[in-house]
Amino acid sequence: MYEFIAFYVFAISTTILFLITAFSKNVLYAMTALAAGMVMISGFFFLLGADFLGVVQLIVYVGAVMALYAFAMMFFDATKDIKEKHANPAIVFLLGGLMAVVFVVMFSAPIIGENIIGTSNYPIGYAEGLGAFGNAQDVGLVLFTKYLIPFELAAVMLLVAMIAGIILAGKKMDHSLTTTEEQIHEADDEILKETK
Amino acid sequence: MIGVSHYLILSGILFSIGFMGVLRRKNLLMLFFATEVMLNAVNIAFAAIGNYYGDLSGQMFAFFVIAVAASEVAVGLGLLILLHKKYGSLDLEVISTMKG
Repeated sequence: MYEFIAFYVFAISTTILFLITAFSKNVLYAMTALAAGMVMISGFFFLLGADFLGVVQLIVYVGAVMALYAFAMMFFDATKDIKEKHANPAIVFLLGGLMAVVFVVMFSAPIIGENIIGTSNYPIGYAEGLGAFGNAQDVGLVLFTKYLIPFELAAVMLLVAMIAGIILAGKKMDHSLTTTEEQIHEADDEILKETK
Repeated sequence: MIGVSHYLILSGILFSIGFMGVLRRKNLLMLFFATEVMLNAVNIAFAAIGNYYGDLSGQMFAFFVIAVAASEVAVGLGLLILLHKKYGSLDLEVISTMKG
């Protein structure tokens, strides 16, 4: 019963929040709605027994990704509404609606095949036989055995992304955008006077 | 009792919302938000299917999707900042140079 209530509360709130994200004109509203929607999504992971995934969702998405967006927002003007020119919105809505139906059918197609017997190589409770309990232990065991190479590749990919982000955004970061050249020279002169 | 079908239909609806956003957005930053919505929708489907089969692989795939999303945001935002410095706008109508 509680699962039922929780699922519908999370489902309705995520749908509304993501609709705001997709259709709002204000960047700040869209970003805030996206962050709140991601918190709600972590609720689904907890409901599904994927505790570790829920915590990672909270830390990585709500903590890191949204903070990164918030920092990037300082470079753009976030206060004014965005004007978007739509050539013909009717066709977008027609195509989008059709694709939406296709996606929902595609995603829910496994319902029909409910007699498929899955071969679970790494069942939930995998760690239990080894004297450990909980989702985090399960995840750790599988992640560092079968998925070790993808895990390390993901680490290298994150390193590459970090370097790329620094090089792309951090170019000429040592020059201040708010102070002019003259002010810098004045400051240098003052420092020279003080040392004399 | 909430079955796997509920989660899958919800995931499809959220993915469609993100897809609509990608189709109609002209601002690059908003387009990024829409892709994040799509990635999150797929993560729900992975976790639900993994739970249904009692297998941990679904959760693993969701982890790697999160890792990919995090690195995509880092590189993408760097590119957005460069584009904003160059054109003074993030609108696709302004940025696009190819006619077609």
